[in-house]
Amino acid sequence: MTIETAATQGKKDFKTDGSALKGNFREYGLVLALILIMLFFQFTTSGTLFRPVNLTNLVLQNSYIIIMALGMLLVIVAGHIDLSVGSVSGFVGGLAAVMMVQWHVHYIPATIICLIVGGAIGAAQGYWVAYHKIPSFIVTLAGMLVFKGLALWLLGGQSVGPFPAQFQLLSSGFIPDFFGGTTFNITSMLIGIILVALMIYFSIRGRAKREKHGYEGEPFALFIAKNVIIAGIILYLTYLLSSYKGLPNVLIVMSILIALFVFVTKRMTIGRRIYAMGGNEKAAKLSGIKTERLTFFTFVNMGVLAALAGLIFAARLNTATPKAGLGFELDVIAAVFIGGASAMGGVGQVMGAVIGAFIMGVMNNGMSIMGVNIDWQQVIKGLVLLAAVVFDVYNKNKA
Amino acid sequence: METILEMRNITKTFPGVKALNNVNLSVRKGEIHALVGENGAGKSTLMKVLSGVYPHGSYEGEIHYNGEEQHFRDIGDSERKGIIIIHQELALVPLLSIAENIFLGNEPAKFGIIDWHIAESRTRDLLAKVGLKEDPLTLITNLGVGKQQLVEIAKALSKEVELLILDEPTASLNEKDSDALLALLLEFKAQGISSILISHKLNEVGKVADRITVLRDGATIETLDKDQISEDRIVTSMVGRQLADRFPQREPNIGEVVFEVKDWVVHHHIHGDRTVINGINLNVRKGEVVGIAGLMGAGRTEFAMSVFGKAYGQKISGEVFVKGKKVDVSTIGKAVDNGIAYVTEDRKTYGLNLIDHIKHNTTIAHLDGVSKNGVIDDMAELKVANEYRRKTNIRSSSIYQKTGNLSGGNQQKVVLSKWLFANPDLLILDEPTRGIDVGAKYEIYSIINQLVSEGKSVLMISSEMPELLGVCDRIYVMNQGRLVGEMPAAEASQEKIMRAIIRAEGKAS
Repeated sequence: MTIETAATQGKKDFKTDGSALKGNFREYGLVLALILIMLFFQFTTSGTLFRPVNLTNLVLQNSYIIIMALGMLLVIVAGHIDLSVGSVSGFVGGLAAVMMVQWHVHYIPATIICLIVGGAIGAAQGYWVAYHKIPSFIVTLAGMLVFKGLALWLLGGQSVGPFPAQFQLLSSGFIPDFFGGTTFNITSMLIGIILVALMIYFSIRGRAKREKHGYEGEPFALFIAKNVIIAGIILYLTYLLSSYKGLPNVLIVMSILIALFVFVTKRMTIGRRIYAMGGNEKAAKLSGIKTERLTFFTFVNMGVLAALAGLIFAARLNTATPKAGLGFELDVIAAVFIGGASAMGGVGQVMGAVIGAFIMGVMNNGMSIMGVNIDWQQVIKGLVLLAAVVFDVYNKNKA
Repeated sequence: METILEMRNITKTFPGVKALNNVNLSVRKGEIHALVGENGAGKSTLMKVLSGVYPHGSYEGEIHYNGEEQHFRDIGDSERKGIIIIHQELALVPLLSIAENIFLGNEPAKFGIIDWHIAESRTRDLLAKVGLKEDPLTLITNLGVGKQQLVEIAKALSKEVELLILDEPTASLNEKDSDALLALLLEFKAQGISSILISHKLNEVGKVADRITVLRDGATIETLDKDQISEDRIVTSMVGRQLADRFPQREPNIGEVVFEVKDWVVHHHIHGDRTVINGINLNVRKGEVVGIAGLMGAGRTEFAMSVFGKAYGQKISGEVFVKGKKVDVSTIGKAVDNGIAYVTEDRKTYGLNLIDHIKHNTTIAHLDGVSKNGVIDDMAELKVANEYRRKTNIRSSSIYQKTGNLSGGNQQKVVLSKWLFANPDLLILDEPTRGIDVGAKYEIYSIINQLVSEGKSVLMISSEMPELLGVCDRIYVMNQGRLVGEMPAAEASQEKIMRAIIRAEGKAS
């Protein structure tokens, strides 16, 4: 579903005129960059990167960043920023630990409460930004300090854990194999195959629908090539993951969320309105869009996703620490900007942010395997962020 | 008498528009020279050419100043020669003090360290010259508009001014402040400083000006001496132009009243005690194009925006009726739902998302029309965008062209498409043809005609009187937030409209 929408969305804007092509070039270029980076590390780590166990780790390590990047994309497209997401996710992780470990609340109601608290935190910040026009930078900077402090207070400066086994599955569990494969997860592979089938079905249907309405799509050869390549990549990655433990649960959660956000931004009126607001708030307002409410919503959404990310991170470490979430906001924001979003608002794609997050993740992972020191890792990541944005600006000025 | 400034055969072209066409202007030393003309006649453009905002080379013609030909590259160049322009919108930094503003960019400093004692004492002298009794350390934001205007003039004096240009200096001043300002101009004249005064208020022009140059359609019409100045003469000179076939024909088919506003009062959006719109009553009938004439600052845009979901102003009172039913227009959403649409005068700031393409801009005000349960139907949207692109004749490579890359005329058509798709009963058009070329104007007029022939109604604000006369069925005249005239277009003329405005100005000032 995820890749389906991404694939058709490329097609949707595909017209014979050059400007639309150029827009897609950005997205293709990003995918290409990710592939090149992966190949580079595959080579320099002598094949470690694509090992099933490492690939699984890559997904687990980056899931919470990607999930927050989805919310951050909307916030940035709306023309704002949220610096508090790291602290909020740390705070919510702590809250989960206190509820489940110390108060023995069942993990399902505890999870739900945590997500609601995340939403409430987003609402509290969004309220000031949307209805009082306080710059989001300031409001969320305050939020960052407040929730960092509250997390410390809540945990009493201690680590709290371990979590109930059921809850840990959120991060460390895999799709169970109903077919009893011993060294190979057959169910996971089947899911991959079904996904590819669905993707091809929707691709062909979308193309047929366009043609029925008399709009030309991309050249047939390109259409086939693109679908074959994407199908090939998905099947190969699924195969690799299946030959380890299967698809991680968190990958399923993440994929569903990515698909949902692609759909919301591409196909739903609310997504369209957020882009319109980020592009020109005054014009959007004069077009009858309730800009305040929309801004408020993007922050609530961000809060819920930060809470979810906090839960996943806590479940992964199996303990909540006062330092959890430290600096996450920087990775999340970097992912969104590498993915092509504009700091001025109005521009940015969900898939771009996801790929941006993966680029950062693969670099972290690859450099760690290579034994690059953490200090130089930071330097290199910083330079990549700058290069990506400079490249964008340069392209825009040329066009 | 000696001539200080001579502008010869100035021609300035913008893409698609000839803003100035062989304009000549000559100003004598120590005179007050008034520059009059309708909005868009080219007065401000001419002054921008003179002050170097449009640098030498971007226009044709020669500027001779103090006997030498000048090639100003920027404002700094002209200021060094003693030519100072004071714009209609004041260019003061509100949160800095009077002294800081006066010496901004020109600070008395040694090695970059400002000597505030000198700045303050010189400010005190300058303020005395313009008759402003304020402490040099007072922040600009604490001064009224009239006093701010005086600070601007003091700032000009700090730069050894020889030729002072004032663009509508009294537009936002009350009578007392206006008189004080005019008296100051006369005093400067006595000291040998020349001034160019751009003004709509013919009575004050008559009071102080030595000579008047009339511009129309970017060309010099004539220069009148003091003894030739009369209101009749100026008005004829300002508006006397042919109404050739610039407007498409239309058979009016006018029905019952569709839209009515009663006792509409609006206060300034910041200064709540200032009344901007004062008791307006107007109506528009089905299939009718109604114009609102008036000078800049008459309150026409403020009126339109306040009706459109209270997008302007505060403490708004009055009633709006659509098809005889009283409607709630307290938010833009409600105004749109009740069949009102407003096409802004500033399409770039308020009309379009310039970084997005035509398709998305076309449907944004009425996404419900192409979606179901919040999900947009791609095909339906594509169809709508293409249909309106054809209908309004937008020239672009496709509906995927960014609106920021379109010409002004085509941008305007996108904004129109957006609101046509929202399917309103009443379309308020605010300066729909500002800054677009003659061909595109004709197309916009055709769209208006098409609309009313489909039974819609149009309320059109325009500062171009020929346009109002050519397009409208009926014209209201607005001045200083009041309606001061109403006439069927058939009986209206530019002289009549001008006279209504000037009569009202006379009463007000």
